[in-house]
Parts: sequence; structure tokens; C-alpha cells
Amino acid sequence: MLRNRRDAFGWGTIALHWTIALLIIGLIVLGYAMTRPNIDPALQFDLYQWHKSFGFTALALSVIRVIWWLANKHPAPVAGLSTLEKRASAITHRLLIGLTIAVPLAGWALASTSTLGIPTFFFNRFVIPHLPMEKSAGAEAFWTDMHAILAYSLAGLVLLHASAAFHHHFLRRDTVLMRMLRSERHES
Amino acid sequence: MSIVSFRFVTAASMTLASFALYASASEAKAPSLDDAAGRYDIDSSSQINFSVDQVGGGGISGKFGKFSGTFQLDGGNIGRSVVQFALFPETVQTGEPRIENFLRSSAIFDTANHPKITFRSTKITQTGEDTAEIEGNLTAKGTTRTEHFEAKLTKWNRNVISFHIQGGVYRTRYDMSAGIPVYSNIVQFDMIVNGQKH
Ligand code: HEM
Repeated sequence: MLRNRRDAFGWGTIALHWTIALLIIGLIVLGYAMTRPNIDPALQFDLYQWHKSFGFTALALSVIRVIWWLANKHPAPVAGLSTLEKRASAITHRLLIGLTIAVPLAGWALASTSTLGIPTFFFNRFVIPHLPMEKSAGAEAFWTDMHAILAYSLAGLVLLHASAAFHHHFLRRDTVLMRMLRSERHES
Repeated sequence: MSIVSFRFVTAASMTLASFALYASASEAKAPSLDDAAGRYDIDSSSQINFSVDQVGGGGISGKFGKFSGTFQLDGGNIGRSVVQFALFPETVQTGEPRIENFLRSSAIFDTANHPKITFRSTKITQTGEDTAEIEGNLTAKGTTRTEHFEAKLTKWNRNVISFHIQGGVYRTRYDMSAGIPVYSNIVQFDMIVNGQKH
């Protein structure tokens, strides 16, 4: 079952969810590591290029996911959630979806406004053009900060989101985590 | 004095030292062989420009601020002339301090351990009226390789000699491969080298 049903996530949603999750966690770790001040400069250059290529992969998949999310019905929340919990999870999920788009866009803006003018050569295959933005030290500094703030906010939300999933799985013992792992019908 | 044209002459031998300077017709008097022969110091008015292309168009261009060198021009036989050159990569200028620091770092020049890049010609071959090919040993970052440059005489008088010198160098040969393939392996040199007679 590729598409979502009323009572379960389809494989499309599950595959996108975990691929994007892996990419995002990897990009945050990589983004943090590559910006350490004492890193070897040649290594740093290469890591930046990997970061941009994987970042654009995450952006492309996130855009596909937004379309997928809009085009699919959404399974009902598992039974036993309070109104507040439903509210909180809906807000968190929307923020997560929004940030998976906003973070790489801010990264693109920073690469585009940078006075270094380093091209993005997607996995050394083709050039992704810069956004039509003016290059300046000020714009670069602004988008660098935005990208970092949004990325670490995303990291915070990912932690919250994962804690909630573990809480449901290990303490509440409900199907919240399992239904994002297997596309199966569950009693609700 | 305004120079109207100049070229290597001496139909038979076409040696570097035999080029004549044609100024205005009234004062046309070719300098003698002895005038051209001699030692010239490369002077700081020279421009050691380089560029590296980047994928998708454009690239990095810059120059070196500090360098030194000599030409030893042999009057009778251009093949016996010698060019020696040294530059200090620490003085690289690109207009973007972060790029300059990257070039100075261990990724490229490693100026802390290799403060000097040197070139010494091993063979100079005349290729045209006012052009020559210079072959020589380039030493950078502890590696010596043979490189070729094309030289064109652009100006000559009793005290000053100028060449336009061009050539491409593969930077991977010198353990400077950082940034490939976003930035080309080939560093294109485009230099105006002015010598002052010793
Ligand atoms: C979901 C995708 C992405 C995530 C989660 C992410 C995450 C991060 C993180 C955590 C940092 C470190 C920030 C810091 O500590 O200063 C970073 C830096 C950076 N990111 Fe991303 N990034 C993503 C996509 C992109 C994209 C698409 C680009 C460019 C096309 C990009 C370009 C950069 C650059 C150039 C830096 C270094 C900024 C600096 O020099 O301080 N990122 N990223």
C-alpha cells in the first residue's frame, strides 16, 4: 500500500519520513562538524560541498513530501490522545514540515549571497544555480545566521518529536511509533 | 618615447637579442646585440596574474604582490638565455580575504612550510619573430616539475624589457588539489614581466 489510508500510513509516507529524517540528522551533524574553527581547510571545503549536495537532496524530498502530504488523506490520530496532545502534535508536525523546507532554502540563500561565490555542483554532476540575490557580506551574514538558527531549531524539534515517539512506544505502549515503521492495519 | 612597433629581426638567426626596435622612422636605429644582451632584474611593476576557472562559468582570479627574478639574455644564442623567478605565495591577492587565507593554508600553498615558489628555465626556444617558449623547473610545495610558458616580447629599450608570459599549470602536480572539480585543476598564468637592465 503506497498511499495513506484512514487508519494507516502508506509506504510512500513512511519511506519519505525516514529518508528525510536520516538526511536531516546527518546534515545537522555535518553542518555542526564542518563549521568548527580548527578543521583542516581542504577537508572543510569538501564537507561544505557534500553538505550542499545532501542539503538539496533533503530540499527536493521535502518538497515532494509536502505535495504527498497535501495529496494524501491523513490517518486519524491514535486513540487515547487528549485534545491538547493532538493539538501539540499537529503543530509540531507542521513546524517540522515547514522547517524542512525553510532550512535548506536559507542554506541556498546563504550560498547565493556569499561573497565567496562558490558554485553548488550537485554531487559533482550538475550546477545548481544561485538564487537571484545580491552578493554581499551583510546578506551572507544574515542568511548564515538564519540558516543556523532555523537548523538548530529544527534539531530541537526533531528531539522533541523523537522523545514523543519513544514516550508513546515505551511508556504509553501505543501504536504511534509502529505505524510510522510498518504500513499495516491496526486496531484503533 | 613612443614605441610604434618592434619585433625580432635578423632574418637569418632570429635570435632574441637581435630584435630591433622600430621607433619613428626618423630615429630608426636598431640597438646592437650588445645592448640587448645582459642581465635584467624583474621589477615590482610586473604583474603576476593568475586565474582558475570554476564550474558553470567565472572563477577566481588574483595576483601575487611579492616576487623577484632575473633574465640572463644571451646575445648570440637565445637558447642559452636563462630566466629565474621566485614568488612569495603569502602575498596572494584575490579581493576576498577568506579565499586568500584558503590559498595560503595547507589546502593549497601551505605558506607556513613552503614560503617560496621558484622557477628556473632549462630551455628557451624561439617560436616566432617576437615569441619564445620557456621550459623550466617549477618548484612549489616541495615538488619540482617541468612546465612550459609562452613569452611574447612587448617592449624593449636600452634599460627596460617587457614580456607577456602565459601558461597553464596543473595544480594536482603540486599537491594543491583542493577544490577540484568545483574549481579547475588548471591555473592559468597571465603575466606582464618587466625587467630592468642591471
Ligand atoms: C535540511 C537541510 C539542511 C540542514 C538540516 C542543514 C543544517 C546545517 C547546520 C546545522 C549547519 C551549521 C550551522 C552553524 O553551526 O553555524 C549548517 C551550515 C551550513 N549549511 Fe546547511 N543545512 C541544510 C541544507 C543546506 C543547503 C541546501 C545548503 C546550501 C545550498 C546549506 C549550506 C550550508 C552552509 C554553506 C553552511 C555553513 C555556514 C557557515 O559557514 O557558517 N545547507 N547547515
